Amino acid sequence: MREKLIERGLLLVAFSALAMLFLIAYFIFREGVPLVAKVGVWHFIASTHWAPSRGQFGILPMIVGSLEVTILAVVIGATLGLSCAMFLAEFAPRGSVRVLKPMIELLAGIPSVVYGFIGVVVLIPWIRRTFGGPGFSVLASAIILGIMILPTVIAITIDALNAVPPLYKEGSLALGATRWQTLYRVQLPAARSGIIAAFILGMGRAIGETMAVIMVAGNALTMPTSLLEPVRTLTSNIALEMGYASGDHQAALFATGMILFVIIAILNTIALVIARPRT
Amino acid sequence: MIIRPLAWQRIVWVALAAMTLFTLVVLFFIIGFIASKGAHVMTPEFLFGMPERMGKEGGILPTIIATIYITLLAIAIATPIGVGSAVYLTEYTRESPVTSIIRFGADALSGVPSIIFGLFGFILFVIRLRMGWSILAGGLSLAFMILPTIIRTSEEAIRAVPYNLREVSYSLGGAKSQTIVRVVLPNALPGILTGVILGMGRSVAETAVVIFTAGSSLLIPKSLFDPARTMAVHFYILAREGLSMERAYGTALLLIVAILLINVVAYSLMFRLTRKMR
Repeated sequence: MREKLIERGLLLVAFSALAMLFLIAYFIFREGVPLVAKVGVWHFIASTHWAPSRGQFGILPMIVGSLEVTILAVVIGATLGLSCAMFLAEFAPRGSVRVLKPMIELLAGIPSVVYGFIGVVVLIPWIRRTFGGPGFSVLASAIILGIMILPTVIAITIDALNAVPPLYKEGSLALGATRWQTLYRVQLPAARSGIIAAFILGMGRAIGETMAVIMVAGNALTMPTSLLEPVRTLTSNIALEMGYASGDHQAALFATGMILFVIIAILNTIALVIARPRT
Repeated sequence: MIIRPLAWQRIVWVALAAMTLFTLVVLFFIIGFIASKGAHVMTPEFLFGMPERMGKEGGILPTIIATIYITLLAIAIATPIGVGSAVYLTEYTRESPVTSIIRFGADALSGVPSIIFGLFGFILFVIRLRMGWSILAGGLSLAFMILPTIIRTSEEAIRAVPYNLREVSYSLGGAKSQTIVRVVLPNALPGILTGVILGMGRSVAETAVVIFTAGSSLLIPKSLFDPARTMAVHFYILAREGLSMERAYGTALLLIVAILLINVVAYSLMFRLTRKMR
């Protein structure tokens, strides 16, 4: 009898993560949906005018900004991260990996605000000097986010490469392939789903990141037309205005969160489909 | 022109080595930069003094205390729920649609961005449940955020406990719950602790959640219902409003050192655990 009760209790506890997910979605949508219904879905996601005091709630520039920054960040993070992981897993001396990998993983813990701060004091002056413009830009945000997701991408990619059965590698080498041919033609395809998972995790972190982006993006309300122009992302829109918003304005920020929620759900679903191992 | 495979390999080697070097330099530059600019700020007066003129002068004691309170509260809430979920998933069920739904919940929760936890915590805890900006609202919101980490690591740790330990306990007449409490959990403890400590690191580093749920008061919090400003929030405000670059560097350095220490403990526990298993 007592054992049965404990089992029931634990089952309830085990559902708490799912319950929390629903609770979060419920509260965000409950605040956001009425506003979207009031101004119209089309106006909300396709208008470029965001002027809460005049009742204009168009978040298209922020959707575009978020996607632009995220895609560019993943390109940067994936290129550097994959190169670094391939080198550490296959070409670098064994001992150096054992030291470097935990060190890189530790770097994943550095707070995002610190990355943003480094962006402000180092990266932005550099962009201003080299390319001109205000410095606060799509480019700055993408670089900072790209660097921020590096530790995650590197660590998971190394794990994925190491998880490839050694027989594959030995077989390929025995057939006379070079180590690079083996890595490129055998190990990378075999580790494909793990590597894609690493990119997707990085992408999730990039699109959801708030504080680092606020500090370097410039947060202008216009449609970004060049990489050197300031941009406002969905996340920074919420964080910047939450402090003083009320009424419809506050509801519009929850609705912004709702769109972010939906975009992330879509990205994760696509990711799941792509990452599923070929059968 | 055809490049021979071995020549190709040499070219690739150089290219990858250059990228790796660049990546490592960038990552370690961040720590080095903060350390070199912040080291001289780290005096006892800074660490144990009260802030003056909104943090332009003086120390950061209240933010250190607030960070410790909020982090411990988040851990205290998330750990029992996380370990309980993990015990159910590993000890009480086989793989079934139910477990995959539960796992989906945990995975999806871990993909929710922190700003959403902030919004949610603000509307539910701060506004609807009338907690106001407080340690309690901040700790609860962070607990939601770190729960998936704790479930995942606990699950792996419990799964790694050899099955025959359980059989010995059963053969001695131990009930299922006794076996779990006396045999399984003690053996899984280092792994569970790793998850808890990683969650701690994430709580200390978090800004977006805490700023909307715990507020940014610079007073020393005296109860769960007092508003408070964590180190990460303090650093953000110092840097963004340009109040004091010096103190911003100092706070950033303390933040990084604290998180690196926390993570080193977590990883060394994990390392010892995996070595024991071999």
